[in-house]
Amino acid sequence: MLRFMFIRILQALPVIFVVITATFFLVRSAPGGPFDQEKIVIPEVKKALEAQYRLDLPLHEQYFAYLGDLAQGDLGPSFKYPGRSVNEILFSGLPVTAELGLYALIIALCIGVTAGVFASLRPNTAQDYVPMSLAMIGICMPSFLLGPLLVLVFGIWLDWLPITGWGDIPGDKILPAVTLGSAYAAYIARLSRAGMLEILSQDYIRTARAKGLPEWRVVTQHALRGGLIPVIAFLGPAFAGLLAGSFVVETIFQIPGLGRFYVQAAFNRDYTMILGTTVFLSSLIVFFNLVSDIIAAWLNPRLRHQFQGGSS
Amino acid sequence: MNTVAPVFEDAEKGSSLWHDAWLRLRKNKLALFGGSVLLFMVVVALLTPWIAPYSYEAQNLDLGASPPSAAHWLGTDIFGRDVLTQIMYGGRISLAVGFIATAVALLIGVTWGAVAGYVGGRVDAVMMRLVDILYALPFMIFIVLLMVVFGRNILLLFLAIGAVEWLTMARIMRSQVQSLRQQEFVEAAVSVGLSPAAIIRKHVVPNALGPIIVYTTLTIPSVMLLEAFLSFLGLGIQPPATSWGLLISYGAETMEEYPWLLIFPGCALTLTLFSLNFLGDGLRDALDVRGSKD
Amino acid sequence: MALLNVDNLSVSFVTRNGTNKAVDNVSFSVEERQITAIIGESGSGKSVSCYAMLGLVPSPPGRIDGGTAHFQGRDLLALSEDELRAIRGRDIAMIFQDPMTCLNPFMKIGDQLIEPLTLHKGLAKGPAREQAMALLDEVGIRDPQAAMSAFPHEFSGGMRQRVMIAMALINEPKLLIADEPTTALDVTIQAQILKLIAELQTKRNIGVLFISHDLAVVSDIADQIVVMEKGKVVESGQPKAIFDNPQHPYTQKLLAAIPSGQKAADTVTPDPLIRIDNLRTWFTPTGGADPVKAVDDVSLEIHRGEVLGLVGESGSGKSTLGRSILRLVPITGGQITFEGTELSSLEGRSLKQFRHRMQMIFQDPYASLNPRMTVYDTLAEPLLLHGLVRKADLDQAIRELMDNVGLARAFVRKYPHEFSGGQRQRIAIGRALATRPEFIVADEPVSALDVTIQAQILDLLADLTKEYGLTMLFISHDLAVIRQIADRIAVMYHGKLVEEGSTAQVFETPQQDYTRSLLAAIPGANAA
Repeated sequence: MLRFMFIRILQALPVIFVVITATFFLVRSAPGGPFDQEKIVIPEVKKALEAQYRLDLPLHEQYFAYLGDLAQGDLGPSFKYPGRSVNEILFSGLPVTAELGLYALIIALCIGVTAGVFASLRPNTAQDYVPMSLAMIGICMPSFLLGPLLVLVFGIWLDWLPITGWGDIPGDKILPAVTLGSAYAAYIARLSRAGMLEILSQDYIRTARAKGLPEWRVVTQHALRGGLIPVIAFLGPAFAGLLAGSFVVETIFQIPGLGRFYVQAAFNRDYTMILGTTVFLSSLIVFFNLVSDIIAAWLNPRLRHQFQGGSS
Repeated sequence: MNTVAPVFEDAEKGSSLWHDAWLRLRKNKLALFGGSVLLFMVVVALLTPWIAPYSYEAQNLDLGASPPSAAHWLGTDIFGRDVLTQIMYGGRISLAVGFIATAVALLIGVTWGAVAGYVGGRVDAVMMRLVDILYALPFMIFIVLLMVVFGRNILLLFLAIGAVEWLTMARIMRSQVQSLRQQEFVEAAVSVGLSPAAIIRKHVVPNALGPIIVYTTLTIPSVMLLEAFLSFLGLGIQPPATSWGLLISYGAETMEEYPWLLIFPGCALTLTLFSLNFLGDGLRDALDVRGSKD
Repeated sequence: MALLNVDNLSVSFVTRNGTNKAVDNVSFSVEERQITAIIGESGSGKSVSCYAMLGLVPSPPGRIDGGTAHFQGRDLLALSEDELRAIRGRDIAMIFQDPMTCLNPFMKIGDQLIEPLTLHKGLAKGPAREQAMALLDEVGIRDPQAAMSAFPHEFSGGMRQRVMIAMALINEPKLLIADEPTTALDVTIQAQILKLIAELQTKRNIGVLFISHDLAVVSDIADQIVVMEKGKVVESGQPKAIFDNPQHPYTQKLLAAIPSGQKAADTVTPDPLIRIDNLRTWFTPTGGADPVKAVDDVSLEIHRGEVLGLVGESGSGKSTLGRSILRLVPITGGQITFEGTELSSLEGRSLKQFRHRMQMIFQDPYASLNPRMTVYDTLAEPLLLHGLVRKADLDQAIRELMDNVGLARAFVRKYPHEFSGGQRQRIAIGRALATRPEFIVADEPVSALDVTIQAQILDLLADLTKEYGLTMLFISHDLAVIRQIADRIAVMYHGKLVEEGSTAQVFETPQQDYTRSLLAAIPGANAA
């Protein structure tokens, strides 16, 4: 197992490296600099600012300097907000986005797994069609449609829930989390249904029944272990998607999280901010993919043993 | 190749697997519904310039935003433009992005995966390592970046989206080809003496098509979602062009006063996505079974 | 009173395509401390009858139409689901055909083993594990303690089946239902497991209901045989009666289909068509582990006009040898000579020109035909590729081929999935013969077929070999089949050639221990 983990981690490193490099050169090659949108700046002042932010150095030197900073964990100063560093801004937004993502994921897992497993127990009946149709709606209605609709219905027409802010008014975390989590609840429901159906048709489930096990135990003790593996494997990509989804949700609900900062930084050509956020978010995603891969492999005893060098 | 001469006059008609799949698909009401709606949408999109009730630019500033009425079935926006017309033109773009980007992804992915899967060995290892690395890159972030950096170019949009989707297509094709390669009828073809090119053409590709067709049908909606997402953030389609994603984002801004500006484009998008997904699911069920084995 | 008495049981399956009566008024019984065997081919309803008794047939689409199944004074078919569940695993236990898929791969052996105990007897984990280990020892698992914490994939097929038997017997049931328990196992392992079942049956005084398709296998252990065809019981009685005096035509057909006898020794002038010298086919897995030596230094000659039987169990390398000769897998070392030409060095065009002289028939008739090509297309392909017939004569050539392999001409435009297994194999044989080859490798050509069909295809192969003057390498794990069709025999074990000789020699005076154990394992010593 350790060997497997090690290999995976080694494979992840070049990815992060490629991300950093590609982002760096992409951003720098864009027309226009961070100061071009400001009101007319006196050329000398502009030069001084550029020097402070190292923009006067040749490109590849900027690159290596940046790498050096990264190694020390310094993501650089923000162009847009002088006096504040990227680290500062990132870490102010991180807890918010993390909390939002966590709630969304919990909603997605609870609803998704329950619905999917439930549906798989009686395929092609109402017990199956109803949850799966709802799941289909969740997939086909993007968060930027669902969010405003929920706001319209629950926030404005019914006035049950607050529609902006995070942590200011009790209950203002509900709508954003639900919006973000719905699509994933839908995917997870479909995945767990498919996984369970596959497992329930296996011979060893028949063996379990032949032993006299009650159906609920057949499902929980025997079927779930294999059936939920696709869901675990999905968590990595789900994380990446949640992050992307947070861009939209935070914008709609005016939440001061990483996603919103990222979108703003992109608009403002705040180089270091874009770079820093991209590197940070990408590393997070790569890390989560890694963890989810490892867990999924570990759950499969055959793979577990293969990598431990046991007989197979 | 199947012209049977008088020697086989009384030959019975065979029922190919495609035919069986078609029969199965026909019985699936949801899939048929999806297929019909999709067809309708495509036809409307193609004929839009001729059948749209109003011209695309026609504004009616005196009218402003108004709810559905006899003259404007779906209402008007704040410039007095007919919403139905907007949706029809927006649909052209959204559907076009969906189909074209998917086609690009299909072309690249299928070729890449087929070569890697059939040749195997080192070539396969290298090709798939590239796919793995690209796969691990957080694309959402990159696309956002690309869109910002290179300006809002519709061509680039297609390319960027296609560049994301071809990876999964390649993986699917490769695993299909790999498993087919080990099938005994491919071995039989080798032992008969067919060249690798002929084997891929006659034996591998026709049998790999099933999952590819299914996946293509399911890729189109996710491409459309991606475009809508980008347009919503202001990073996709730019005015004066319009797409469903853009329309939804405008509608969201003014949804309190003019809810129909959000709801109707939303319905159009959701309905189309529904149809594609139902059709894709139906195709998957129909093509899955290889016919009775015994 | 009988332990189990099934009376007029009927079960149907209701699907979109209609209702299929899988079991039609079937009656049989199992006496206490006796083994009753139910014999039938696929579709006979033998398994469904037993599953239905225990409520294991999924209820749509299955439906019990009528009948009773009395076990210990109660009618199983009349019991509620809860009552049935109490019986399953406690009073009646089952073991199944494929031990690979019948054990939960995600659970440790120990955890699976103690489940019946904790469930039905309410035992605590500790004492349950003690009993489980004792039972593992009884069924012949060498290190019970280690086995308890192992996962199923760490065991071989035979060991897994032993674990399944242990799991079934752990609650000391009165009746054991065994559904084709040895079909998926190698011949020598099969013999061991049969012996184990017979021993345990006597020792523990249980009744056994043994389902199989193989009359030879059950003739050794059964006290009573019940023969089923297409959902009905056609004959039943004691083994001796069935074998000596079969009443029903189907039983007679089954008996006739058992491969028997030995091929008459033809005077074949030793004229090697194919020579194999020190052949090595090794597979090196990526990751640099030790190579798998599938064929390890094998030297052999195949004479013109003979049928050489290549025998071995799974993993012996016999299939790989066949494929190596046909250049379907890359060779690691050694030489293969075909009528003087060194095959191993041919490439590209020259290899292609050779290909039409040697062809292969595969084991799985469905997998060896392109499901999207009609019979016409499949047969035309080799003919056209090698330019053997003119376009104008193509139809005629295909008609001849179909006649020769016994396929009705009317089927020429049909697709593989529209045929039965035996018919598909005929198509595959037709394709192999299309190029008029001199040499054919038949890789387990009848192993996937029902017994009665098996006999037909074997006859067909024997006829065609004579008619076309073929040289054949016949690969099989089934010694009885080989005995019937082969002139000479070669035995392989773990990649090496262990013994070689004429059929008579190998069967009557085997030289090597392994050959002896193979011969001893052939079931049906009691058969006529």
